[in-house]
Amino acid sequence: MVRDEDEIIRKRQRERARVMALLLGAFVILLFFITLAKTGMNW
Amino acid sequence: MPAMDMTNPAALPADWRDFLALTKPRVMSLVVFTGLCGLLIVPQLPPLALGFTAILCIALGAGACGALNQWYEADIDAKMRRTAKRPLPGGRMDRQSALHFGVGLGAFSVLLMGLATNWLAAALLAASILFYVFIYTVWLKPRTPQNIVIGGAAGAFPPLIGWVAATGQFATLPVLLFAIIFLWTPPHFWALSLFVRSDYAAAGIPMLPVVAGAETTRRQIFIYSLPMAASAVAPWPLGLTGPIYGACAAILSFVFLVLAARVLANRSLDPIGMAPERHLFAYSVFYLFALFTVLVVDRWLPW
Repeated sequence: MVRDEDEIIRKRQRERARVMALLLGAFVILLFFITLAKTGMNW
Repeated sequence: MPAMDMTNPAALPADWRDFLALTKPRVMSLVVFTGLCGLLIVPQLPPLALGFTAILCIALGAGACGALNQWYEADIDAKMRRTAKRPLPGGRMDRQSALHFGVGLGAFSVLLMGLATNWLAAALLAASILFYVFIYTVWLKPRTPQNIVIGGAAGAFPPLIGWVAATGQFATLPVLLFAIIFLWTPPHFWALSLFVRSDYAAAGIPMLPVVAGAETTRRQIFIYSLPMAASAVAPWPLGLTGPIYGACAAILSFVFLVLAARVLANRSLDPIGMAPERHLFAYSVFYLFALFTVLVVDRWLPW
């Protein structure tokens, strides 16, 4: 029973970490393009 | 790691999909769309990255509103069929996580808006979030049948924010767009609340059909539809849009008024006999999408 609980917790933590990594990566890319736009190198 | 109590799913770390559900993605789609339209009708478009960021911030702000609304109303949501399966009443998330998520998302959206576009747009975004959470959710909704009338202002902000994010200033056209959504909200929500009246009554929410009855609600729907239709057509005679928008807005608003008149004529108190209310509710969503689409098309067509 405890093993099942641990598996569920680990699975959710892994999924949340993956989503957070994707979001942070997307945010870094967004900041890059915002910087380009603000410095006048318009896209 | 200590063993967790499996009989209480909220003791587990919440699934990321439940955080997404907290943001009310379907409501967000209409908010994002109207915000995007507000941004696309400006005289001079901003750089793509800044325009995208502005819309992203409007979406995140709307998501924060949804999360904070669900955090505050978890006990009410549990009493209504339509909302009982949401993450908090469904027991899939603890309330503190929802609160932290909502506050974090709201603060992030305002800061990013200010840094990427301008602080007037950020202030408007902050005002719309605070208005929705404190004025509508906490103060008006549980107290007065006018909740939707005044609270509708929160949903009317996005096109104004989109315009201000792109231009840095106010203008007549986005203020009219604010007025259209503000006046559209009561007929839209009252049509819904007529055929889900028992849900609102069970939850103790003083929606107009619960407090004043179906007949008064139907009359109010029709009365509010009149200034809504007038404000929808107004940009054309004011010279702010072209004839394509004017003609389409007139036709779309006429159909809205016909459906509102059918609601006014309906006498059924049973949800099964409320087809006119269901038709008006469905059409009202289409109406707003169509009206704003035509607005953008009219702005960008070469004639």
